[in-house]
Amino acid sequence: MDNVDDSSVITREGLQCLLDALAERGYTVVGPTVRDEAIVYEELARIEALPAGWTDEQDGGHYRLKRRSDEALFGYAVGPHSWKRFLHPPKVSLWQATRHENELRFVPARDEPPRYAFIGVRACELAAIGIQDRVLMGDEYADPHYRSRREEAFLVALNCSEAGGTCFCDSMATGPDVKEGYDLVLTELLDDDNHLFLIRSGSEEGAEILAELPREPATETHQAAATAVVEKTRSQMGRSMPQIAIPALLMDNLEHPRWDEVADRCLSCSNCTMVCPTCFCTTVEDTSDLEGVTAERSRRWDSCFTSDFSYIHGGSVRNSTRSRYRQWMTHKLATWVDQFGTSGCVGCGRCITWCPVGIDITEEVRAIHDDVSSRDKE
Amino acid sequence: MSGDLMIPEPVRVLRRQQELATTWTLELESGPAGHRPFLPGQFNMLYIFGVGEVPISLSGDAGQTETLSHTVRAVGPVSNKLAALKPMDTVGLRGPFGVGWPMTAGEGADLLIVAGGLGLAPLRPAIYHVLRHRERYGRVILLYGTRSPDDILYAGQLEEWSKRPDVEVHITVDHAGGDWPGKIGVVPSLVPALDFDPEDAVAMVCGPEIMMRFTVNALRDAGVEDESIYLSMERNMKCALGHCGHCQFGSTFVCKDGPVLSFDRVRGLLSLKEF
Repeated sequence: MDNVDDSSVITREGLQCLLDALAERGYTVVGPTVRDEAIVYEELARIEALPAGWTDEQDGGHYRLKRRSDEALFGYAVGPHSWKRFLHPPKVSLWQATRHENELRFVPARDEPPRYAFIGVRACELAAIGIQDRVLMGDEYADPHYRSRREEAFLVALNCSEAGGTCFCDSMATGPDVKEGYDLVLTELLDDDNHLFLIRSGSEEGAEILAELPREPATETHQAAATAVVEKTRSQMGRSMPQIAIPALLMDNLEHPRWDEVADRCLSCSNCTMVCPTCFCTTVEDTSDLEGVTAERSRRWDSCFTSDFSYIHGGSVRNSTRSRYRQWMTHKLATWVDQFGTSGCVGCGRCITWCPVGIDITEEVRAIHDDVSSRDKE
Repeated sequence: MSGDLMIPEPVRVLRRQQELATTWTLELESGPAGHRPFLPGQFNMLYIFGVGEVPISLSGDAGQTETLSHTVRAVGPVSNKLAALKPMDTVGLRGPFGVGWPMTAGEGADLLIVAGGLGLAPLRPAIYHVLRHRERYGRVILLYGTRSPDDILYAGQLEEWSKRPDVEVHITVDHAGGDWPGKIGVVPSLVPALDFDPEDAVAMVCGPEIMMRFTVNALRDAGVEDESIYLSMERNMKCALGHCGHCQFGSTFVCKDGPVLSFDRVRGLLSLKEF
């Protein structure tokens, strides 16, 4: 596949044709749209549902939609949703059990998830999906619920044309340009005269669908414009992760006073873990009917910031906010590397934006690093 | 592995035996397939209808596969129900899960089996294995500490084992009345007086975390290598597959990388408060 370059340009109408082609193939098409003053991911049929002319303003604990001066369809950074809510949903029914006298029977929950097509999967999000692939189906214990969704998913990736105030994918080497793991990739090209999308396939199915769309071959001018879009985005990153050996820094400083300092600000609310596109933790819930004949087990997202999370007989292992923040950050940036071969952070910035008090993971790393290096110099 | 490992299998309770005031051993059928082999140190997830599921280590003899023994202390909603099960009741079972004791790595070495309280339960399959293959191991020393003489788990078996010429058993309690003829004190304090070859010893330790911490210190002081000290860790677990995230201890998922971990993998973390 890699040697076939079917780079083309399509118009807005062509983009609608793409949505139609995906729907015809039985995909449930999901993409960005405006709801409750935020850009979220929902099912889409028409490109009119995309956030045309909207952008967002993001900073620590701050998210506002703003009008753009143009009609760009993808001129914003990531919002509170990530694709994990479709691939690793917030709640999944696992099984039902029935009891008759002393007989127990377990019946798998009927789970025939939609075949999803995602529109506008950014480079950081592709990286996040790759990470969850390794976590949830990387060994012999592959999770069937995740796998059935993931293996059927069609990914229309997007080269970012806008970096947000909390974006730092460039410093995590995950973006803003899309490199691999997609079926189709778009770059929005917008100037005074034209509104086009450079499009290229990354899979056989992507190539088949692209061939069905009304399109023109991409010229060198289009390619140059697309490169310029990504480079401009790269220069706009609102944050950056220090380029240091973070795992060693954190694991060598598990008793650093900065953990106390951040714990004074952290509300232990778990927002960061809910919006994080790689956080995968879940708990299970058992319910039964009033007659005691049927019971059900479901799985829902959980967070290492809750007190129940680490509960064993006698109490929670991690009672303090300090210990919970330390667990989250050391897992995300350090022990994740041991477990799954990469950092658990993709630089999307959601944890910064959606933290009610604006705690900034890049600033926390920098604070420990700066303190340790200043003491080393003394 | 294949299929949905989150779905339990129904198994019957065959026998229930009270061990201590709030501790029972359940013998479960080995499943409809009749055969569910396990390794000493592994655990199962046991489900009570409509209530929930908890990890419980296997406490029986892995050399026989007809039944599965689990020793349960009634401390929470699920374990209370487990402890109250009667023969012919049905529970849901998933497993066995996890990495067990170093039965092979320990061959040829002196074995120090160190248990605190209910921590003797996950070690009992290791003891059965050692006694079944006694010739494969050097000296076998069992140290057991518990709160009081009334809290001595498997007291009858400890008595039997202590009569064997090829096993050394030391029991100590935290507190006891004047009629207790044995030792009073904590388990780690027994280590310095032991006669064994620290260069060629393997230690298997299970008990409350604080007991394991001090035991590790005593073993290291005695010259046992970090790589030769194995601990069985306890953490919250929902899935036992490394997916729910609850059991993480540093880089390890206690459910699938453990519960038995060599000390060199958790060095520096065991002494951290709330890690």
